[in-house]
Formats: sequence, structure tokens, C-alpha cells
Amino acid sequence: MEMLSGAEMVIRSLQDQKIEYIYGYPGGSVLHIYDALAQQDTIKHILVRHEQAATHMADGYARASGKPGVVLVTSGPGATNAITGIATAFMDSIPMVVLCGQVPSTLIGEDAFQETDMMGVSRPVVKHNFAVKHPSEIPGIIKKAFYIASSGRPGPVVIDIPKDMTTPTDKFKYVYPESVSMRSYSPATRGHSGQIKKAVELLLSARRPVILVGGGTVGGRASAEATELARVLNFPVSTTLMGIGGFPASDRQWLGWPGMHGTYEANTALHNSDLILSIGARFDDRVTNATEKFCPTAKIIHIDIDPSSISKTIAADVPIVGPAKSVLLEMLALLAKSDTQPDAEALSDWWAKIDQWRQRHGGRYVRNENGSLKPQQVIEALYEVTKGDAYICSDVGQHQMFAAQYYKFDKPNRWINSGGLGTMGFGFPAAMGVKLHYPDAEVVCVTGEGSFQMNLQEFSTCSQYSIPVKIVCLNNQSLGMVRQWQDMNYESRHSQSYVKSLPDFHKLTDAYGHKAITVKTEAELIPALEQAFALKDELVFLDIYVDPTEHVYPMLVPKGSMRDMWLSKTERT
Amino acid sequence: MRHIIAVLLENEAGALSRVVGLFSQRNFNIETLTVAPTEDPTLSRLTVTTSGSDRVIEQITKQLNKLIEVVKLVDLTEGDHIEREMMLIKLKATGQHRDEVKRTVDIFRGQIVDVTSSIYTVQLTGDQGKLDAFINAIGGAYILETVRTGISGIARGDKILSI
Repeated sequence: MEMLSGAEMVIRSLQDQKIEYIYGYPGGSVLHIYDALAQQDTIKHILVRHEQAATHMADGYARASGKPGVVLVTSGPGATNAITGIATAFMDSIPMVVLCGQVPSTLIGEDAFQETDMMGVSRPVVKHNFAVKHPSEIPGIIKKAFYIASSGRPGPVVIDIPKDMTTPTDKFKYVYPESVSMRSYSPATRGHSGQIKKAVELLLSARRPVILVGGGTVGGRASAEATELARVLNFPVSTTLMGIGGFPASDRQWLGWPGMHGTYEANTALHNSDLILSIGARFDDRVTNATEKFCPTAKIIHIDIDPSSISKTIAADVPIVGPAKSVLLEMLALLAKSDTQPDAEALSDWWAKIDQWRQRHGGRYVRNENGSLKPQQVIEALYEVTKGDAYICSDVGQHQMFAAQYYKFDKPNRWINSGGLGTMGFGFPAAMGVKLHYPDAEVVCVTGEGSFQMNLQEFSTCSQYSIPVKIVCLNNQSLGMVRQWQDMNYESRHSQSYVKSLPDFHKLTDAYGHKAITVKTEAELIPALEQAFALKDELVFLDIYVDPTEHVYPMLVPKGSMRDMWLSKTERT
Repeated sequence: MRHIIAVLLENEAGALSRVVGLFSQRNFNIETLTVAPTEDPTLSRLTVTTSGSDRVIEQITKQLNKLIEVVKLVDLTEGDHIEREMMLIKLKATGQHRDEVKRTVDIFRGQIVDVTSSIYTVQLTGDQGKLDAFINAIGGAYILETVRTGISGIARGDKILSI
């Protein structure tokens, strides 16, 4: 039997878990673990410049690959700095394991140097957390942490490790468990067959159906099944912000995404539908608008791995608790055997209506005649230059909405954004996490000059590890989404939404040893993008000046139904 | 409507704080809460009384079930059940009222568990309504201190909450 210290057990357990990268930052409480890390070479450690970035890197990696990301930080400020990233992963159900140092167990509760009650601080934003009470527990806890983080509805798990649990001279027997069994945790592995049958009957009798593909479809790796189901039934599909890519955007059956800045046709079709099949979407307030006015004629079939997501905000008529993939496969099997066909005539009328709605707004915007750029056209150019095949990691704000509206995703796991928590500063480190894992793919951070400055210190990490992401900064010299709300609701009083002292991004990028390109006119746009993507091994920061007065449309009218939208600054439905 | 939810949870450090944290985090309301280990030392049993619409109660039970350390739970108010609360109450017992207090305690089948020349300390068990009625009968002017355990509950008949 092998005898290892707690610190060695942490590293060995991660090796046995086949972990390739960990993202972190050392400090007093984790020095023993970092010393064990230095004495091996299978796990690569990425030293970030702020712990928040470590969590977003792990998150980006997890969203692209489907595997849990791993973070290692010290106690106190190291742990609290990680909280925003943990909360981001929690809101979007992203698997992550965060190992936090803690002061020695003998000092806990004494306000020791760099002591924070990380169990308490993290509790509301984790799927679960563990405190290590004895070094011999470490392998079992790590095994459970990965199991909990990546099974059922995924989420972040924190492990709090007091320094004296990792003392190099205290050795204990090491065995990494082969499996986990927990009497209090057993996520559903398949849906209820009776409910699935009932759902299929409803699908076959629907006259105005919409399939709503959510983050659970993408995260549950069920995009292929959802796509097949939609094609078999010839039903229109809307993908939520988190579900983008779960159904190909170039497909005729795709209506765009629903909700606050969703398309006119998706919102209107949902409002008028008689059946919504929700696959891993949670009827978030940014989707539903006023819940009491939500889709008044629709029956709802709600597939979700998490029972608490069902009937939380919108009551489901047919709830199905289970993983999207297995439920959809069962539905497809029932449909293949069924003698009944979808009502072709009703569907043809429904499609005719939807095609009319498509004409109403159609993603239009007006280009400037003086050659200055609109943000929408930058995203369209980005789509063209990357042939629609890049990983787009977005920050939060207007640029996020424009990226989601104008970049057409045909594949899942390519659109990576902080949908639930709306964390500014997410995009850049998330892109770094994706690029490390997919070095040959084009990985782009679409950001704004506001969001970017929340984690720009990671320029330094990119220099150290040569991480050649491309950064498309839609620079509108203001906090665009705040400004838009101030224009619409506060008589254009731009309280604190104008960034008066922007850095010279060109010089800033230079200072970290990267390449910057400034774009101010339409004529410069495509050549600049082509140049950036031609520089395969360089991080390129594209500082693209866009019209600061532009608003994101469509936009749901507050407290209205899904069909109540602003379509431009002057046009309302 | 008031609900009594009985929960079996892992008897581990921090498990109770997850339950309590959940209620404040999601804006659920706790009226009473009792918790103690069971005959199986690895399990605690917790009884929480709460109120809310059907939708809120459904969310409370689902969210509780989602906590990793919650093993099993039941909403006792969905069926026939027994609920009990215990109260210790310190009452002024002087002069002509001393006998009256004693009589009231007897009527409510309480027990005087401690006595001084001017004070009775009374133990009383029953459902919430009985305890409230006793307090009303005694009258606020005579009450020096009350302590109530909160409600414990169990289903009637052969229904059992165990693993």
C-alpha cells in the first residue's frame, strides 16, 4: 500500500482523475500542495494573475469540453476572489472542482491570517462543498467532488483543505476509489416512460408547436437528438441564450433565441404556440417576461434533469425528470413506432405564419453612411472571416447580445457566455481555457472596453503560456447596456455609464508583448480581421470603435408578454 | 397554508446550515425548526414548519431534496399526522393568583416542574394551538419567560420515514 502525504494525495487523486490542466494561484495555505505539484509533470498548472480568472478559465474549458475544470487557490483572499467565478459556473450549471487552501485546523475560528469561512461563503453558490477533516479522507472527497460536479445537473464543488491536512511528513495509505455510492444523492438516469409517452401524444396532436432548446441540451450533449427530433416532427426550434448551437442556426427550422433580446419570430411564435417542448431550459425571467402573461395558449412539456427547475416559474403540463439525451432517444423510438403522424396541414399553416413573422424585423439594423461602424456589422464580419466555425467566448453587455444575434452557431459548445450570472470579465479567461484545450481552433473573445478591463491582467498569463486567443473589443466608449437602459428609462441621463479615461489599448497590448490592431472605419474592418486570424501564434487585440448610440433590438417591453417588443428606437409591436 | 416537513439528513457538520441557508437564500419562511440525531447516529431528523402557496411548498421540498446531505423527506401535512411541541413557562404565582395558576395548569394537563415562593415553572406539551391557548388563559401579566421547542411531527398509522 502506498503511503502519501495529504498534499501528495491531492495531486495523485487529480492524476487518477485524468486531469490535464489546473488553473490557480499559490499562497501560504496551499504551499504543500504546490510543492507536490512541482514534483510531477503529468498535470500542467496555469498560473493566472487573479483567482477569478482561474475559475473562468476552468469554466470555459468545461463548457467547450464537457469535462469538469479544476481550480487551486489559497485561503482567504484567494478563495474569495474565486467566488465570482464559482457563482458564474453555478448559475449556468457548469462542472467545476475548486480546491481551496484553509488555515490549519487548529486556527480555524480564531481570525487567523488569511482565514475566511469558505464553507460558509461559498455555500449558496456551489452544488456542494466539503471540508477535509483528516488527510486520509482526501482521495474519497476528491472522487465524490468530481462525481457530484459532473453528474445530474452539473455545478461547482468546493473542497476546503486546512493546511495541516497536507503536511508533507504525515503519510497515510492512499487508495483512489473506483466508484462512488452516496445514499443521499442519486440523479435521475432516465425519464419516466409513462410521462414520455404522454409527451409524444401531445407532440403528435400539436398544431402550433415550438421546441425550446436550453442549456441542458448543450450541457447534456443532446444536441444531435434534439435536432433529429425537430426534423422528424418538422417543428420550429428556438434555442435559449444558453442553448445556442444546440440546433443549427443555418437550419430553416431555427427561429433564433427567445426573450429579452430574442428575435421577433421566436418570441411571437412562442406567444402564439399551443405546445412548448422545453428541453433543458429553465424559463428564466430574461426569457419569460411577465410570467402571468407567458404564452397563454401553450401547454408545456418540460424535460429537465433537475426537478426543482420544473414548474418553478412556469407550471409544466407534462413534467419529465431525466437527462435530455436519454429522454429524447426514448421519444424518437416512440415516434418511429407510431402510426400517427404530425398534423401536416396545421404545421404548414403554422410555418406560413412564422415565415411572415420572420419578415417583420429579420435582424435589421441601419448602417452608418459615414463609414463608422455599427457593432452588428463587426459580428457579421467576424462570422464571415471565421467561416462560422470559431469558439466565441463573450463578455457581458451589448456586445454579448450582438454576438449571440449575429454570429450563427451551427455547432453546440461554441457559444460560451455567462448567461445566468452575467459576469463582466468572463470572456477573456474563458477563451484562454478553451484555447489551451483546443489549440488548433479559432478562439475569439468578443468583449467591450468595459468588460475587458475587468480581467485584462490575464494578458500576462497569455504571454507566459503563449495562448493566442483573438480579442474583438467592440469599443463604444461607454457601458453600452447600462447606457441603453438609461436612454430608454431615465431620459438619457448617462449616470456613470461613460468611461471617461480609456487606456490606449494599443500601447497596453504592446506592453504585454501582444499585437494590437485599431479599427475605426468600415474599410479597415475585414482586412484587420483577416490579418488577426492569419497571425496563428499571436494574441491579437482588435480595438474596434463602434457607434456608442446603438441599441440592442428587439427588446421585450417590461412587464409585458413575449409578443410585446421594441423593434427599434421608435417602433413597438 | 402551514406545512410540517420532516427531513432525514446526514448527521454531518454543516448539514443544518445548508438547510437553514436554503430557506433564507430562496426567501422561504421558517416558523419553527427542531433537529436532533436519530437512533441511527449517522442520521439527524429535522422538522421544519413553514407556510406558503402550493407552488412555494413544492419548491421548498424540491430544493431541500436537492441538497446533497438530505437523504429523504416528507410533507407530514399531506396526510394524517401527530404534531407536538413542548413549552417551559415561568409564571408569577403569588397571593390569590397562586391557586388560580395551579388550577389552569391542571386543566391543561401541565406539570409544575419547579417552584419558589413566588414562581411556578410549568412544562406543557401539545400541539401549537393548545400551547397558545394556555398562554392566553394565563394572561400576559403573569408570564415571566417562555421557551418553546418548535414542532416535532410523525405520520399516523404504518407510514414511516426511514431509509
